[in-house]
Amino acid sequence: MTAPTAPSAPTEPPRSRPRSVLLWTAVALLGAVGWGMLALARGEEVSAIWLVVAALGSYAIAYRFYARFIARRVLRPDDSRATPAERLEDGVDYHPTDRRVLFGHHFAAIAGAGPLVGPVLAAQMGYLPSTIWIVVGVIFAGAVQDMMILFFSMRRDGKSLGQMARDEIGRVGGAAALIGVFAIMVILLAVLALVVVNALAHSPWGTFSVAMTIPIALFMGFYLRYLRPGRVVETSVIGVALLLLAILGGGWIQDSSLADAFVWSPTTLVFCLIGYGFVASVLPVWMLLAPRDYLSTFMKVGTIVLLAVGVVIAAPTLRTDAVTPFASSGDGPVFAGALFPFLFITIACGALSGFHALVSSGTTPKLIQKESQVRMIGYGSMLMESFVAVMALVAACVIDPGLYYAMNAPAGMLGTTVESASRAVADLGFSITPDQLAAAARAVEEETLIARTGGAPTLAVGMAEIFSQVFGGAGMKAFWYHFAIMFEALFILTTVDAGTRVGRFMLQDMLGNVWKPIGRVTWKPGIWITSALVVGAWGYFLYVGVTDPLGGINQLFPLFGIANQLLAAIALTIATTLLVKAGKLRWAWVPGLPLAWDVAVTFTAGWQKIFSDDPKVGFFANRERFVDAIEAGQVLAPAKNMDEMHTVVLNQTVDGVIMALFLLVVATVIANAAVVCVRAVRSAEPLPTTEAPYVESRIEVPASWPSDGGREKGREPVGVGER
Amino acid sequence: MTAALLDRAARLLRGVRWYLREFSGEADYERFRLRHLREHPDEPVPSWREYERRRARHREEHPQSRCC
Repeated sequence: MTAPTAPSAPTEPPRSRPRSVLLWTAVALLGAVGWGMLALARGEEVSAIWLVVAALGSYAIAYRFYARFIARRVLRPDDSRATPAERLEDGVDYHPTDRRVLFGHHFAAIAGAGPLVGPVLAAQMGYLPSTIWIVVGVIFAGAVQDMMILFFSMRRDGKSLGQMARDEIGRVGGAAALIGVFAIMVILLAVLALVVVNALAHSPWGTFSVAMTIPIALFMGFYLRYLRPGRVVETSVIGVALLLLAILGGGWIQDSSLADAFVWSPTTLVFCLIGYGFVASVLPVWMLLAPRDYLSTFMKVGTIVLLAVGVVIAAPTLRTDAVTPFASSGDGPVFAGALFPFLFITIACGALSGFHALVSSGTTPKLIQKESQVRMIGYGSMLMESFVAVMALVAACVIDPGLYYAMNAPAGMLGTTVESASRAVADLGFSITPDQLAAAARAVEEETLIARTGGAPTLAVGMAEIFSQVFGGAGMKAFWYHFAIMFEALFILTTVDAGTRVGRFMLQDMLGNVWKPIGRVTWKPGIWITSALVVGAWGYFLYVGVTDPLGGINQLFPLFGIANQLLAAIALTIATTLLVKAGKLRWAWVPGLPLAWDVAVTFTAGWQKIFSDDPKVGFFANRERFVDAIEAGQVLAPAKNMDEMHTVVLNQTVDGVIMALFLLVVATVIANAAVVCVRAVRSAEPLPTTEAPYVESRIEVPASWPSDGGREKGREPVGVGER
Repeated sequence: MTAALLDRAARLLRGVRWYLREFSGEADYERFRLRHLREHPDEPVPSWREYERRRARHREEHPQSRCC
């Protein structure tokens, strides 16, 4: 498909030309100034621009120097070696794809609600620690993990993370990794669904417009299947237009007599989502999943670009403190626990996300044209994702801190009236008057903004603030708020269907070993049973998150964060082991250091969640408190009766046991890997690996930018360049 | 001057169109058709509709995870 062209250009330009030295010095200085402004400015207003400058400057330096170092010294990609896309080309799973297109696909697959929600919650500790971790974390951990897993999977014909664990570490480690991945997926889906429930509860506008995405997706599905097969762009344009109409329509519904029909309680929404998740995962993909995926991808990329433009033009000032008292006290209302380890757990995806390892070892490695492109696709996409997290942080930090706490503290603390919420916020050491709270809700045309936890509503308020300064003024605030809610709900729901399907396949695969028929992917009852099991699993946690008086995002998000970071530990362990097995012990620190850090963070957090005496942090300590109260015949707030007391005890037990199970699984993988590493170091000859043998490449794609000499010139995807 | 500008604008537009078609997978059928003609010259090429159906079926059996 790619015609051979002229002899290959040298992979790297000549080193240290004066102009390039000057340019990179300037970039470094600019980044340093950005960091200086963030860290040193005290008692005055800091513009969000500095946050963006500091982040972009650091990314540029990291991509140019650290990622290049990893490529040249550690991984040593070889462009004369044929990639699986070339060797196994079948036009279906494997085909060499232009790297700018693949960059877009990979980014769309890794980016989701995680980097948007995490930083919003982490903002309770101030913008400085969050920014530092988002940027430093991505450079030394997240992007390194994504790039390395992509490379290793590519060298193994696109093997999945679980397969690599089994082949390279051993059966025990492999089985543990498989169980870990499945369990983590369940928690992930529950948390994401909870974000949607919290964003839509008691909001007729939001509920109507998000519900409309289902008929819109169905329409697109039928249109693409029967009327205009394959015309995805045209269909997506129609879909996005209908979506905008649905958002406007929501405003109309809100003011009409139909509004009451769309005021749904959280419990109702939970059952709707569970039902939706089941139906969506058993319907044919073309009907709902595929069109929804197109919609959410275009909306995702479009909104992120819009947000970047908005932040740069509006240049809002950060109103949160650089570091808040909650960073050291650990008793913040949004999530409990001290900065170490809980800030790192909460930010999760924007800095390091174990989930990306599943994408990096799935489709992407089967599509890479040239080995050296792992740097742009693996490392580069993750830098973009981190930038999304930075912008979400900006959106959370430009809103009034009083409003932030009124939206994110638990309902039990805030009460239900503007007066009680205002008092609760004052107790936290911030201030917002009841009138201001009511006005803030009116500005976005919501009934209330009190205790709208989950991150999505806060992000939407921040985005509405930024967007309305640039496009449309204060009158457009309500539209932008609901636009932001819709955009998040849209891709969370896409993740929910896609995740349920992936979970079902994993389950079918595992159960198929025990009972053959259930493993058959075409046997309908098997599909229904396993889908119901997966939906039931995440549905349980979602239901608990809504009905348990102590439940909610404050309880579940740390569980999700720890799970995600533990998955990253598995991925980094695999990367380290593979380097050691390849005889590159001296470079093992590249994934090894972030692994050590990640293990320290997750195991400290997990340990505290299990053993802490503080009932706000420790599951079992809290369980004890409730058990004691039950024995004494008392009802502890926020529980309202004995039934709720028993619910709390059960759920705290389940959460604590799951936490322990996660830690055990990951410890097993690491221990097994350590044995393999020691054996590899001691062994006189290299241990067997599953790397595919060298085959010479016959396609020619210069690694320099821009690539396609004679072919059509494609525009660079936004935010990418030879940095 | 204007000619050069127009030329650049046209190239940019072509680039955007190229990217959208590649990114959305619209361009895949054409690639498939050419490949089919090359590898199975005597068999009729399946229509775009048929191709998309096969692709949907394939996707049914190879779910892809979307990330958080």
